[in-house]
Amino acid sequence: MGISRRKFVVRTLLGGTGVMLGAAYLGRNSIRRSIYDMMENPDMLSYMGDTSNPLMWFEITNDNKVVLHSPKVEMGQGSFTSMVQMAAEELEMDISQISIVHAETATGNIDGMSTGGSTTTAGFWQPLRELAATMREMLKVEGAKKLGAEASSVVASKGTISAGGKTLTYGEIVDGVTDWEIPETPALKDPKDFKFIGQPVARVDLIDKVVGTPMFGMDATMPDMLYGAVVRPDRIGAKYKSSDISKAQGMPGVIKIVQEPDFVGVVATSIVEAENAKKAIIVDWQIDRSWQTKDIEDAIQVGKGDKMIIQKVGDADGKLEDGGEGIITAEYRSPIGAHAQLEPNGALAHVESDKATIIMSTQVIQLTRSEVAKRLGLDEEKVNLVPTYLGGGFGRRLHTPNAVQAAVLSKAVGKPVKCFFNRKEEFQKDTFRPPTHHQLKAKLDANGNIEALEHSFASGDVMFNAAMVPAIAGTILGADIGATRGARIQYGNIPHHRAVSWHSELPFATSWWRSLGLLANTFAIESFMDELAVSAGKDPIQFRLDHIQDDEAGRRLKAVIESARDKAGYQDTANGKSAMGFACSTDAGTPCAHVAEVTVSGKEIKVNKVTCTIDPGYAVNPDQVKAQSEGCIIMGLSASMYERMYVEDGQLRPTIYGPYKMALMRDAPKEIDVEIINGTGKPGAVGEPPLGPIGAAIANAVFRITGQRLREMPLTLA
Amino acid sequence: MISFTINGKAQMVDVEGDTPLLWVIRDMLNMKGTKFGCGKAACGACTIHVDGEAVRSCSYAVKYAEGKEITTIEGLGTADNPHPVQQAWIDEVVPQCGYCQPGFMMATAALLNKNPNPTDEDIDKNIINVCRCGTYYRMRKAIKKAAALNANSITNS
Repeated sequence: MGISRRKFVVRTLLGGTGVMLGAAYLGRNSIRRSIYDMMENPDMLSYMGDTSNPLMWFEITNDNKVVLHSPKVEMGQGSFTSMVQMAAEELEMDISQISIVHAETATGNIDGMSTGGSTTTAGFWQPLRELAATMREMLKVEGAKKLGAEASSVVASKGTISAGGKTLTYGEIVDGVTDWEIPETPALKDPKDFKFIGQPVARVDLIDKVVGTPMFGMDATMPDMLYGAVVRPDRIGAKYKSSDISKAQGMPGVIKIVQEPDFVGVVATSIVEAENAKKAIIVDWQIDRSWQTKDIEDAIQVGKGDKMIIQKVGDADGKLEDGGEGIITAEYRSPIGAHAQLEPNGALAHVESDKATIIMSTQVIQLTRSEVAKRLGLDEEKVNLVPTYLGGGFGRRLHTPNAVQAAVLSKAVGKPVKCFFNRKEEFQKDTFRPPTHHQLKAKLDANGNIEALEHSFASGDVMFNAAMVPAIAGTILGADIGATRGARIQYGNIPHHRAVSWHSELPFATSWWRSLGLLANTFAIESFMDELAVSAGKDPIQFRLDHIQDDEAGRRLKAVIESARDKAGYQDTANGKSAMGFACSTDAGTPCAHVAEVTVSGKEIKVNKVTCTIDPGYAVNPDQVKAQSEGCIIMGLSASMYERMYVEDGQLRPTIYGPYKMALMRDAPKEIDVEIINGTGKPGAVGEPPLGPIGAAIANAVFRITGQRLREMPLTLA
Repeated sequence: MISFTINGKAQMVDVEGDTPLLWVIRDMLNMKGTKFGCGKAACGACTIHVDGEAVRSCSYAVKYAEGKEITTIEGLGTADNPHPVQQAWIDEVVPQCGYCQPGFMMATAALLNKNPNPTDEDIDKNIINVCRCGTYYRMRKAIKKAAALNANSITNS
């Protein structure tokens, strides 16, 4: 094998010069639409960081263990496990010989993107295996030297290198090596030789999470640590003007009240004391108006705001002209949704004279480090961000500016300060899933097939206000590519179809929420497909199959539909107060189909069972693909059936679990049957796509039982 | 001074009596397995046992713990010797993000103490914590498995 020094290509997304320089060119609508296509490909949204230096990723210890330093975070999605599987495979080690930790930014292994978009396993499929294979070859070269053998003659197995009857462990080989030769990237293993990839390996964080030892952001401590609390407005749009701290000063445990131009906070010796003192600070807020839910619903209307045609095939516009004959229409709505992840946002910061350490759970390591550095006036390299496990991500931690406030408080007292949101603040200062409004229009031909279909929808920001995406992206793309997830018609055989996005800004932050626009868009389109099937007098599953084009994406979608149908034994008619409902979607290249088995008693809707087939391309860990599908189904069920934030007298409410109704144990289906199809041999998105079809699948079942077409989430029977 | 037993060990703390037990456990005794979720006893992330009963420690003043026996996730079992509930959680690969899981396991262990063989209805009624990752489906399987493991361990001993 040839030895040379080489660099892997760094994979980048938006903000790359190609997009920036092409702004004028890309302004053309047809080009924009091809970018929307690209953006649905998980490879495009994956990773921006090192893929060239195995030594930055793999720390080999003397006791022959490998510590994998991950620039991506573990938030429940299971990617730590799939990463260890991929690494073990090419390192020729057992799973138990590898541990995985979050890479501190001080290691230099920093992802300039984020952990999100269901991209980690898919994005690392090639580079991580290449890094591991390269590391293995490096160990072979050094091992051969120590064994006095030819590099080509040594064998790597279970963390050892052997030649001529002699064996060295990786731990023994690394001892004393300071100058590594980096070989050309070796060929990767043939899938038929996989030992770990493709297996239902138990989560690598399983035991720790069961005995309660893993460190989440809120569990971090440092010697002499103090506790901070920042006063936050409960009114939408409130801006900090000034504060009266006289009552709070001198309260028990208070070390310092910190008044900044943009906020006021307190540092105390305990959380309880900090929160108590916070309540005694009187802030003068500038509040321009008092918002109500109706104002928000009025703002989010098809026909209002910025319009962008995001999909256009044939002449749907002409075929569906207002007042035309035989046009079927329906409107759908989804409400403001909260993330409601269990661990609140916050950080532990320790700012010293010329450096800072931040320990926290975040999905955006580089962005957060950069924001802290900027506020403190430090070089980014002087800020070490130490990521922890996330007590839920779901998009809530794709902007984590709390770190900045913790750092400011720490600087003010010269000691480590831990500062977190309380639950009310977490609910009110969430970056919500935006409310949406959908108008569906269609026309059936004489045979009951869809001749034309249009999905117009209005949404608040998903990506537009996201801190990690350059502002120019919105200008280039026109439509919010987060809101458009799942908005396009996936039935290519419909001769005329189009999707139109309307965007309006809201007076509070809305942003990424697991699966972005997919849940609401699929709810609208797939419920409407069911309406059309009923109008046409056809079986709703066959009706869908008839409209799917015969290309790779179409064939994969058909396969998951047929699989879910057959596995569930789908029946199109209600059986007393029970019925099945069907829906499907393709998100980020991953098709998924659900059959929901529902019972209605009185006004209560109960989902007894969900059968799901997903084609993630390739399941690196089938058990965790199932776990993500189950989780998506339950989270999506919760959002579809129960959850709703509202706005009253300028406040976002509710502010606590319970009143913010969510699915609990009693509401979760007692059976979830997940089938996996490995449709491409290459892993794709998993952590979000199964969220898409659940709302519509439930609503379509409810229609069969009650005759009521529920067109608004949360689903409520009249 | 307030004294109680925690995970079998006698403990005295010098703290305001109204302080929620959660913060005493987490920040004074530095046991981080018990989680803060809401501070209003609405989510169950902070569930512990006080004299064998499941208690949401964020809303339980430390003064009421005087003379009582407290168990947290750290005292339930260990990696080498897991409690049957923990063993069932391992067997069913329940956790995702993991944050709410100690509270659920503590609530389950308390339920099984009172009701060794809970029905689905019993589970629905008693296990009312919040999990955002949506692990309820696997948890229900784990709760039933834990009941079976418990029954076996009783038979064996």
